[in-house]
Amino acid sequence: MFTYIIRRLLAAVLLLFIVSAATFAIFFLIPRLVGSTPETLATRYVGRAATPETVNLIAHRLGFYDPVWLQYGRWIKGIFVGADYSFGAGVEHCPAPCFGYSFVTHQPVWPELLDRLPVTLSLAIGASILWLTFGLSTGVVSALRRGSVLDRTAMSFSLAGVSLPIFFTGMVALLLFSYKLGWTAPGGTYTPFTEDPGQWFYALLLPWLVLALQFSAQYARLTRAGMLDTMSEDYIRTARAKGLRERDVDIKHGLRAALTPILTIFGLDFGLLLGGAVLTEQVFSLPGLGKYAVDAITTNDLPKVLGVTLMAAFFVVIANLVVDLLYAVVDPRVRVG
Amino acid sequence: MSAGLPFLEVKDLKIHFKTDDGLVRSVDGLSFSLERGRTLGIVGESGSGKSVTSLGIMGLYNKRNAEVSGEIWLDGEDIVSAGEEAVRKLRGDKLSMIFQDPLSAMHPYYTVGKQIMEAYRVHHKASMKVARKHAIDMLGRVGIPQPDRRVDDYPHQFSGGMRQRAMIAMSLINNPQLLIADEPTTALDVTVQAQILDLMHDLQEEFNSALIVITHDLGVVAELADDVLVMYGGKCVEFADATTVFDRPEHPYTWGLLGSMPRMDRPNLDRLVPIPGMPPSMINLPTGCAFHPRCAYEQQTGGLGSTLRPELNRAGGDHLVRCHLPKEERQRIWLQEIKPKLEA
Amino acid sequence: MIRTSKVLVAGTAALALSLSAAACGGKDDSNGSTGTTATKAEFNAALTKVFNPSDKKGGTIKLANAGDWDTLDPGETYYGYSWNFLRLYGRGLLMFKPTPGAEGNTVTPDLAEGVGVPSDGGKTWTYKIRKGIKFEDGTVIKAADVKYAVLRSIDKETFPNGPAYFEGFLNLPAGYKGPYKSKGVNTDSAITTPDDNTIVFHLKSAFGGFDYLAALPQTVPVPAAKDTGAKYKEHVVSSGPYMFDQNNLGKNFTLKRNPNWDQATDSNRKALPDGYEVALNVNADDIDNRLLSGDLDVDVVGTGVQPAALGRVVGDPALKAQTDNPVLARLWYTSINPTVAPLDKIDCRKAIEYAADKTGYQTAYGGPLAGGDIATTILPPMIPGYQKFDLYPAGADGTGDVAKAKEALAACGQPNGFETNMGYRAERPKEKATAESLQQSLARVGIKLTLKPYPQGDYFSQYAGNPPYVKANKLGLVTNGWGADWNDGFGFLSQIVDSRVIRETGGSSNTSVRIPEVDKMLDTAVAETDQAKRDAQWGPIDKRVMEEAVILPGVYAKSLIVRPKRLSNVFISEAYNMYDYLSLGVA
Repeated sequence: MFTYIIRRLLAAVLLLFIVSAATFAIFFLIPRLVGSTPETLATRYVGRAATPETVNLIAHRLGFYDPVWLQYGRWIKGIFVGADYSFGAGVEHCPAPCFGYSFVTHQPVWPELLDRLPVTLSLAIGASILWLTFGLSTGVVSALRRGSVLDRTAMSFSLAGVSLPIFFTGMVALLLFSYKLGWTAPGGTYTPFTEDPGQWFYALLLPWLVLALQFSAQYARLTRAGMLDTMSEDYIRTARAKGLRERDVDIKHGLRAALTPILTIFGLDFGLLLGGAVLTEQVFSLPGLGKYAVDAITTNDLPKVLGVTLMAAFFVVIANLVVDLLYAVVDPRVRVG
Repeated sequence: MSAGLPFLEVKDLKIHFKTDDGLVRSVDGLSFSLERGRTLGIVGESGSGKSVTSLGIMGLYNKRNAEVSGEIWLDGEDIVSAGEEAVRKLRGDKLSMIFQDPLSAMHPYYTVGKQIMEAYRVHHKASMKVARKHAIDMLGRVGIPQPDRRVDDYPHQFSGGMRQRAMIAMSLINNPQLLIADEPTTALDVTVQAQILDLMHDLQEEFNSALIVITHDLGVVAELADDVLVMYGGKCVEFADATTVFDRPEHPYTWGLLGSMPRMDRPNLDRLVPIPGMPPSMINLPTGCAFHPRCAYEQQTGGLGSTLRPELNRAGGDHLVRCHLPKEERQRIWLQEIKPKLEA
Repeated sequence: MIRTSKVLVAGTAALALSLSAAACGGKDDSNGSTGTTATKAEFNAALTKVFNPSDKKGGTIKLANAGDWDTLDPGETYYGYSWNFLRLYGRGLLMFKPTPGAEGNTVTPDLAEGVGVPSDGGKTWTYKIRKGIKFEDGTVIKAADVKYAVLRSIDKETFPNGPAYFEGFLNLPAGYKGPYKSKGVNTDSAITTPDDNTIVFHLKSAFGGFDYLAALPQTVPVPAAKDTGAKYKEHVVSSGPYMFDQNNLGKNFTLKRNPNWDQATDSNRKALPDGYEVALNVNADDIDNRLLSGDLDVDVVGTGVQPAALGRVVGDPALKAQTDNPVLARLWYTSINPTVAPLDKIDCRKAIEYAADKTGYQTAYGGPLAGGDIATTILPPMIPGYQKFDLYPAGADGTGDVAKAKEALAACGQPNGFETNMGYRAERPKEKATAESLQQSLARVGIKLTLKPYPQGDYFSQYAGNPPYVKANKLGLVTNGWGADWNDGFGFLSQIVDSRVIRETGGSSNTSVRIPEVDKMLDTAVAETDQAKRDAQWGPIDKRVMEEAVILPGVYAKSLIVRPKRLSNVFISEAYNMYDYLSLGVA
């Protein structure tokens, strides 16, 4: 087991290298296919009055004249050793792990990533608690009362929840609950938990509900399908034959078995969500990793894009690993030895 | 019937299922009784209604999923008319069931010990420690070596035979007075089958429980059963003690079963003789006698076979047969036609 | 649901207005210069008048930006909204007057005692700085601080995004790279500070409009001891009535009162609110919803509502009454490139001018409300010196004069029309719509356009603004647009009609104007130090360029912005073409 984990972690590290190299390649090499030069790349990071001299200066400063592998190497070195950055009036040392400085704002990327992570984390955790609770219970009830009015209503709701895009439900929710009714916070009012727990909760309430609505729909369907599956298994009959209360049969035997695939899917969903719930953060103007990614991409800011891509890849890889390990914990048949 | 009040008495049990294709009459008027200490073997093909009968006795069919009528008296209580909660309390306690495939019948995620403890604690207020002791004890009694270690193993970690023993341990943990075994050896190797059958026999003697063995395997019946009930099309077609069934069976279906059974004492058997035809549709049973389309002797019933449903008649003593053929005719066919072939 | 929302919004608006009217009592605005005020909420109420005048102090103004602030550093900021807002925490030598109407487009002294005094034919400009103005930490502001501020802005490696006027005009020593890299270099050839309250600028050539440069934020003083280069924007040292309280880059910042600001030294500001809260990177549609519901005061970027809100506003008179529709100092136009045959012949170009459907152009940009007014000149109307003329009347219905176009075609030897390519920026749906509109309207006279989209990031450097590319790919027409850095003729024209800004390596917005006569006219105007005489010269330049038919003016851009519900002293600044942020108070 131990060696298995080590092997997986090493594979994860390799994957992160590949992802970062690919991002570098896309950023630098693809524009070259259409004839980009270091100068044309640099024009994105200068003002509209920039003279060719300025463009040249910035192209040098950002390292565009160096071969791509050298720039990549420099960036990798920064992660392990740190780097020095000149801010004009002086030089700042960016300690390891240094993910470079934004091409646009000249701020160090790593502290920004760390600053935004709690937001995405808060959003993901809160929403997942809601959607697991609501989705699982709805799914169980639907499965047990299959074909009933309750089941059909629940599944229709979930169809709506899955089909309606989040930028729609989010905007409508904001309009209705925040601006018309004033029950929930307006967009862009996030405060960290450490500063003001009350406001933190208030600002995240609507995003949690909207995000959870979408996911709980999926999970209700998943749970329902899983339950229908497990409830027709032989061990359910045995459990009843033992005289167990129906509730225990449903939950301890039925749901417990149905949970395994759901938990693994949840692990993957959560991992992806940590990479940034892009649409939700965009709609509610939450300063998380997702919004960071969007801003970085629209401004062609490579260091930010790299930082956020790697962070997202990291979470996905870790989530995959955890899910695989969890599977062995949850389903004893999978364990080796 | 034998002396003493029967522990289990089934009276005109009917279990029907409403489906989109029609009404499935799985059990259509079954009656029998059983005392503690005795074993009843219920034999039949798939779809004859034997498993449904056993689940019905367990009270696992209720208003929601089936139409159940008739009476099932268990030690003075009628399971059919009793409330769900009352029946639930009986299940796993006074009456218990062993299932065919222990791998699928046990929950894969809980240890065998946990599952046995669960069976115990449903019906007894006991701590985990006490329940665990009972579980280990029971595992030992069913012949599992090192039960204190194996109690923490998962079902998939047992071999087939051991697993069935564990399942048996689970169903016996509360000293049930009625034990129903549904195809207990079908999923096992032949060598293991014998061990399990021996085990069941010993345990039945030890607990003095009534045992119903449901099987399509006459070999099992021969080993364990005191009485045999042959089911076809949801009804009993022949009932007798085991000796009589093997010595002097009087129903053409029973003959067919015997004929299709491989036996060691048949030296020159070229082929097994299957019963021609397919099991009947439980929605559209044949008119008259349910067996008549497959019966070689239907012609000799003078047209009754296809038009009139035969009743269960006494053929002598406790021997009951449901057939239009006259008794003498049946006995003659057995002695002159069937038996010689079986012993050839 | 939409019905009730309109009713609710209208009701809330009416309620809010009646409350604010009661609170503010409808006093005259004490700026005094225009004297016209308004209190009734109606469409364009704040366009030329002060809406909801009041002297009430207190409250916090809430603003939001759909993106990130370009930068808070006065040495590098290059967006109008930022310059507008910057006057709250920074005082440059001069500033634009915070009054409505045309007077808002004139410069007035801020840090300086008076406007610049030219000498040496306009090559030297002297300013006297007021005494006793302090930074937020109490240190007195000296001329050296202004000199330092200007010099540091020249370091384009540290501040690549800012305007480049000073390094263009000042007589700096050769190879000067700014105070960080050229430490200790004597820069007296460019700027001298004879005493603590006098600053003198020495230019390479005469420039009559230097006062406009003195109004740039780059003259906002920066204390050298506290200058942290690219990090200075994390805490800009204030010289204005407000200072930075919290600054979370990329997320939000707040301003609070600067205790060291002295009202006695400042005749332009009243500093009514207690503070400002600015949220960054807020969803743009969310901003519009909050503006309309009154939950937010100002969309600080001030370029107008998103299409979603536009639809709501246009259809609802109650919502429309909450908006203003200023004309921007921005022209959307199409360059007609004489380097591509047969457009080397002036009559072929004139044919395009006549045949173009101007109404279609306007519709492509969003119609008369949100798109703009049909343009017939290069200079938009608010630029001083603007002369109204129309050399190529577009017929009675504004859809173009087909007959005249055909005449022109015959004159240039292409009676049946010709083919050419038209470039536009792919990410801009309005430019695409423009190209399609021109394609249709020019097809009427046989001019066939093949449309070619290009990425906007490299549009000028590699495609439309790259002369060899234009020639090789026969881009006869390219969509274009220009907004001045400040609203005067030089700011507007110099980058788009001066042939000397065109580079063979690409990058200039001027893709088609190469008229030696115009270059000379520009030089003359630029050197004229008398404002009135200077302004009178822009109109003729405009006309001369139009006579060459190398620019097809489309629309003078307009924006539709939502007026803040709970603020006082709301008016459109003609300098920034959005609400003046300096005068706002909380009603």
